[in-house]
Amino acid sequence: MILLFLIASFSISAYDTPNDAGSSITLKFSSSLPFISGEVMRKNSDGEFERMASICSSDSSWMDNFTVDGVEYFYKIVLTTEEGIVTSETVSAVSSPQWFHKGRTIMLVMVILVCGFILFFIREARGGKELYVRPIAGIEALDEAVGRATELGRPIMFITGIMDMDDLQTIAGITILRRVAKKAAEYEAQVLVPTSRSLVMTAAQETVKEAYYDAGRPDIFNPDNIFYLTDDQFGFAAGCDGIMVREKPGAIFFMGSFYAESLILAETGHSTGAIQIAGTAMPSQLPFFVTACDYTLIGEEFFAASAYLSRDPLQLGSLKGQDWGKLIFFALIVVGTVLMTFGITVIRNILMVR
Amino acid sequence: MKRQIPLLITFIVGIVMVVQYFIPRQPFAGLFDTFNQWFLIIAVFALILGLMNLVRLHVQKLRRMKGGWGYSIILLCGLVGTIFTGALWGIGTGSPFNYVFVNIQQPMGATMFALLAFFIASASFRAFRARNLDATLLLVAAVLVMIGRVTIGALIWNKLPHIAEWIMSYPNMAGQRAIMIGIALGTVSYSLRVILGIERTYLGGE
Amino acid sequence: MLDKLLKIDRRIIFSIIGIVVIIAILFPMGLVVHVSEPVEKIYREIESLSPDSYVFLSFDYDPASMAELDPLALAVIRHCFRKDLKIVSLGLWPQGVLLGQANLEIAAEEYGKEYGIDFANLGYKTGGIVVISGISTNLRDIFPQDYIGNNVDSLPMLDGINNLDPFKLIITFSAGDPGVRHWVMIAQARYGKKIGLGSTAVQAPAFYPYLQANQLVGLAGGMKGAAEYEQLIKIPGLATAGMDAQSLAHLVIVLFIIFGNVIFLLKKRSSSS
Repeated sequence: MILLFLIASFSISAYDTPNDAGSSITLKFSSSLPFISGEVMRKNSDGEFERMASICSSDSSWMDNFTVDGVEYFYKIVLTTEEGIVTSETVSAVSSPQWFHKGRTIMLVMVILVCGFILFFIREARGGKELYVRPIAGIEALDEAVGRATELGRPIMFITGIMDMDDLQTIAGITILRRVAKKAAEYEAQVLVPTSRSLVMTAAQETVKEAYYDAGRPDIFNPDNIFYLTDDQFGFAAGCDGIMVREKPGAIFFMGSFYAESLILAETGHSTGAIQIAGTAMPSQLPFFVTACDYTLIGEEFFAASAYLSRDPLQLGSLKGQDWGKLIFFALIVVGTVLMTFGITVIRNILMVR
Repeated sequence: MKRQIPLLITFIVGIVMVVQYFIPRQPFAGLFDTFNQWFLIIAVFALILGLMNLVRLHVQKLRRMKGGWGYSIILLCGLVGTIFTGALWGIGTGSPFNYVFVNIQQPMGATMFALLAFFIASASFRAFRARNLDATLLLVAAVLVMIGRVTIGALIWNKLPHIAEWIMSYPNMAGQRAIMIGIALGTVSYSLRVILGIERTYLGGE
Repeated sequence: MLDKLLKIDRRIIFSIIGIVVIIAILFPMGLVVHVSEPVEKIYREIESLSPDSYVFLSFDYDPASMAELDPLALAVIRHCFRKDLKIVSLGLWPQGVLLGQANLEIAAEEYGKEYGIDFANLGYKTGGIVVISGISTNLRDIFPQDYIGNNVDSLPMLDGINNLDPFKLIITFSAGDPGVRHWVMIAQARYGKKIGLGSTAVQAPAFYPYLQANQLVGLAGGMKGAAEYEQLIKIPGLATAGMDAQSLAHLVIVLFIIFGNVIFLLKKRSSSS
């Protein structure tokens, strides 16, 4: 009688794990009574039950990631309770892969919407429409910084962060490096680019070389000015600090992905009297750069820099599209907050990515 | 042609990476890992380039007896020594590599990180000035968090830790989120420019 | 004069900070640590696990940040061993492997735990996010050997452990990338694993949104977080000892800020008059 009651208070279900590449079945179970230990048992249509895993009282689901798609599997759970052994009913399921991740539908809608806006404004810009971009002090100061370093007869130092070329911030940094190097070449100044990744060194060498060629000064390009230091975060910071102290650059640019070394670099640069411009999309490092640098490109300003500098209508169009995307997010936040305040969760449920 | 092929590769890989996020089945499911593994293989080979560059520059410095050549000797000895101790005796506890790691690498790394404490002090002294209302608000928040987040805060006033926690959990988080949303949109926009070949400066082209 | 005070030589500030920190370390005051909710959440999560449950620890830091993360790692490991939990670890940062191993060995000796039976260290593999993605589906593909080259099949505790499924909790001690962001992106978002974070103080504020969105089960930031954890497990360690120094250092910085502002206001007043 007690065992019957226990079985009744234990529910189990099995289903094909949704939104996956197949080969997986999920088991959900709940028990209103405590148990000492539990075991998940599995068999296919012509085999014997085998022990697959053990579960504890805090578990409510288990995933079998070793199934063959299209084959039916049977599961049961054997619990050891203080009253004795209890076996759940047997449930079955068949695994299969899915063509679309339904939990990410809203993400797809958002991607289409934001990319749609960006592509629309790129098209508008291509059609010759004039687009306004607000002045960004940090970007406008780039040329001034290069000029000042040249006046002082000092080199320019450019640091592209500590991440590799698979980080978009590094790519954005390399883009700005091109502009800085070209200006430096025009002024016959040297640009020092220490890097913490070999691939970044290769990309930076190519970029600076092209910039000097563009400026018509390939004769003063020195490939040894773009060099690899170390992959180690603080080893790199120590190396850069040493260069700052020895070479006393007139301008220092921090453009890329930075971590805890940001303030160590920026404060040392500040102590040498260099004009410093930083740009990063690392929220936790922004306060340090704002504190120690003359100008800081905050997050999206950093990504917008290349569009701003090139004044290429196609790039400016993408910025406009980005702003419209932001407007949608802003509207969703306001509406969502108001609805949530009144306990209406519809927006939250729609936007949830699973 | 030199520029068209990399642009084509960027376009194809970019689109595939977006598509694979929404299609969980094979072969799309494994593409993210596959591309990342390819990147790692390329990065490892590039590391050899970096090492060669490093060695070449420092050997050059030694040959020409340029200023600071003594440091180049230390760097080259350190580089060769670490590689050999690791390769010959392994990296387990008690190995020479482990000895170097514990007695040289650890204290040097910790020293560099510890500099942050000093730099934060000098940067705070310089930056936190009550120049206007905004700067004053920033200053007050900074002081409350700085004191409230350490044990002495509760000793001064037992409500301080809660105030610091509130600042971190609400105004700080609101700001962080705003910046993160901006960054995310900037990333989407920039990625699209790279994928579509509008932004190509990183390839060495205008 | 006021100008001179405003542009005080930073070496004076450095010296005062240095002296205060040394004094605090030499003469501890034993200040009481206030335990915050995010730290307590990690503690409660480990407390809720039954003995022999598997916990995954990722040592994603290097010697530079060991002052902040080592005490927390040790406190968490002690807590896990005290609860008889089984620990499997790796390092997404190469140097994290040996730092983590050192902490595992200290705690193992205290609680009589044995390598291969109660804990195992898989070592380091380059790739960050790829490593996490790989071990989520097939751990042995990525780590056929542990950190010293033992075949993982020879470690009894890893018998039947093929991916992250058996792990009830993952805790990353993270000082940057690769680290917590990638654990959340793969292990939490794709596989629904519970992630706890031990972070450097510098980057802790950036992860509060993750905590509120339940992408993290708890967060311990910096040495303060470690000291709180030590308080929770009632084993004071290096972090608790360092709290006095940190408190006084913060106090000195605040005093400098106040001093700077007083001079600034005096200067403003004198120039306007």
